[in-house]
Amino acid sequence: MAAISREEVAHLARLSRLAVTEEELATLAGQLDVILQAVAQVGEVTAADIPPTSHSVPLTNVLRDDVVASCLTPQEALSGAPDAAEQRFRVPRILDEDVAS
Amino acid sequence: MTTTLPAYDEVVARYEPVIGLETHVELGTNTKMFCGCPTDFGGAPNTRVCPVCLGLPGSLPVANRAAVEATIRIGLALNCSIAQWCRFARKNYYYPDMPKNYQISQYDEPLCVDGYLDVEVNGEPVRISIERVHMEEDTGKTLHVGGATGRIHGATESLVDYNRAGIPLVEIVTKPIPGAGAMAPEVARAYVTELRDVLRSLGVSDVRMEEGSLRCDVNTSLNLPGEQWGTRTETKNVNSLRSVERAVRSEIIRQASVLTAGGRITQETRHFHEDTGDTTSGRSKETATDYRYFPEPDLVPVAPDPTWVAELKAALPELPRVHRRRLQQEWGLSDLDMQSILNAGAVELIEATIAAGATPTAARKWWLGELSRRANETGVELADIGATPKQVAELQGLVDAGKLTDKLARTVLEHVVAGEGSPAKIMADRKLEVVSDTGALTAAVDEAISANPAIADKVRGGKVAAAGALVGAVMKTTRGQADAKTVRELILERLGVQG
Ligand SMILES: [Zn+2]
Repeated sequence: MAAISREEVAHLARLSRLAVTEEELATLAGQLDVILQAVAQVGEVTAADIPPTSHSVPLTNVLRDDVVASCLTPQEALSGAPDAAEQRFRVPRILDEDVAS
Repeated sequence: MTTTLPAYDEVVARYEPVIGLETHVELGTNTKMFCGCPTDFGGAPNTRVCPVCLGLPGSLPVANRAAVEATIRIGLALNCSIAQWCRFARKNYYYPDMPKNYQISQYDEPLCVDGYLDVEVNGEPVRISIERVHMEEDTGKTLHVGGATGRIHGATESLVDYNRAGIPLVEIVTKPIPGAGAMAPEVARAYVTELRDVLRSLGVSDVRMEEGSLRCDVNTSLNLPGEQWGTRTETKNVNSLRSVERAVRSEIIRQASVLTAGGRITQETRHFHEDTGDTTSGRSKETATDYRYFPEPDLVPVAPDPTWVAELKAALPELPRVHRRRLQQEWGLSDLDMQSILNAGAVELIEATIAAGATPTAARKWWLGELSRRANETGVELADIGATPKQVAELQGLVDAGKLTDKLARTVLEHVVAGEGSPAKIMADRKLEVVSDTGALTAAVDEAISANPAIADKVRGGKVAAAGALVGAVMKTTRGQADAKTVRELILERLGVQG
């Protein structure tokens, strides 16, 4: 059984605002499936004495003191932005015209 | 299409509302949740940003200890259990108010769970169950350009300032609150009011709703008695305590009109409008709720040391409800009297006035009497009336010292409110002090006696009541600045009559 369906890939693409053609969808679903199957092999070695984990290091409570550090200048902050105006990041229209009712 | 909305009373007689509240509080820490950028307001756009809060590649967030501590203290004050181990989570969404395309939040492992807050509605206790208290980060500010009046609809582009992105935010979520019936709007308001007071007493936020450091989303649904809870809507943009109440009321009426007409409620976000007091539809939730949460890989779990939690619990300040009860006892007030002080928003003012030296009775008299009346007339909050607790205490001190009569004190207070300075200064500047100099007063009394020989004779003959006319004459010459009782005693003494 496939680890990820074509429909799921289409859904993820939609959530990620990616325009994916039918053709690309077929290719991506196949490739992602191979990757996920490979990763799933890790699950085969799980044992009762290994708790599931989200972090590779056994650390907790890495906290920082509430002390102000230096910031970037607005010029530095905006230097990597595709576009800027009025010292702000300039982004394209957020809502599509068809949903902007 | 115009429809006549049903009356609120009819609606709540037929339907049972269920409400729920999600409150976001901006913490008053020095720095952001995951980086050292300052949190102060008023900076030029994008001057409070760094690689972490801009989500630049290679940067790593580190949680702010003070923010974790504040969240635990909030949880403890709301009677929650504090998780022994919890994680942050990524909430993925594509909207440019966060530069990372996700917000760091908490999902199925909040820091605090299962608490409650006791509030009072019309003197009756109501326990609001708290589902969770969790940590997250605030978003940037987006300016929409090209559409009508800054709205996102019709905008051709948007400009983003990330100064607020990453400000520590705590979300407090209630469990659904059924059974409030017609009182649901008041319950919602009482809850947010009490929560605000608790947060203020903890000193974790400046809790200003108008400025957005305390924000409230209100969930509302209706059902017929005995039936399942209805579909709920989430009303956003509720920016004052009054609006919380109005938003619930208007949403109950709106939903009832839809249901009564045979329609169904759409699960959606609605926006409250301060000017009209009603809500309009925002984005539909049905297509927007897939946030693909997963544990935040860049932040390690938080596992508060139970000793630390116990210390924080032991150091919690007296909470507002307990504080109010203690004050009521100290001041010797009935429930009703205390309620009127609460309704007038005068607790802290009266407390400060007493601390400045006035008696509870006197402090209450000024704030609930003259000053409340003026506040109502001019439509300002009592706290902004222009008189301070210290000035009110000083004024009462002048009355107690016999330098001002009650009437003169009211005149002085008017000038205090007008911003003319301290009561003593106003009294001196405007020559309002009681004429207590016996020489001057005796002269005025003698003058009144010799100007009214017939009345004086009546009094000498035993008609003591006639002395009132002489008192009036003296008050007139002293421009009301003498104490009437003293004047009366002096007149009787001069005429050789026992009072
Ligand atoms: Zn930063």
